[in-house]
Amino acid sequence: MILCRVVGSIVSTIKHTSFQNKKIMLVRPINPDGSLKSGTMVAVDTVRAGVGDTVLVASEGRSAMEILGFKKREPLRSVIIGIVDRIDINSKES
Amino acid sequence: MKLGKVLGKVWATVKDDKLNNCTFYIMQPIDEEENPLGMPLVAVDTVSSREGDVVYWVGGAEATFAFSNRQIPSDVTIVGLVDRLDLEKNK
Repeated sequence: MILCRVVGSIVSTIKHTSFQNKKIMLVRPINPDGSLKSGTMVAVDTVRAGVGDTVLVASEGRSAMEILGFKKREPLRSVIIGIVDRIDINSKES
Repeated sequence: MKLGKVLGKVWATVKDDKLNNCTFYIMQPIDEEENPLGMPLVAVDTVSSREGDVVYWVGGAEATFAFSNRQIPSDVTIVGLVDRLDLEKNK
């Protein structure tokens, strides 16, 4: 899993059936101190994350299949699986 | 998955039989402000995209699962068309 920040949402009508009825968000990887990294990603939200939230993103097809309850493998890879409340590093809160 | 912008169509007559009926597009991966990220890629399309469209695509093993009845030997597949991006800073 990687730490990301939700930077936006995507409105999409024409999409693969595996994305039907899913909330699609735009996330950007971040460093533990909160600074943004490059490499914007598209991720399916399962935890009702909002824009500005720090989130956990799993980027692997098999885990996406387990989380979304698909019976077979689908062309879907990145899923937001948690909202981060706090990160403690070296006993310093950030 | 990542964002991309479709640059144009790629035609290949001689290709693996498993890629029959697939359409290929050349696509530039982009970030949320449409700045390019890396090299343009050739992708198999599943959503009838057109030149200039902003799309999202999946790479790696998941790209092969785009069709329910068969697996395709592709490593980049376009899986959706973006109608609108709602960005944080625009709010």
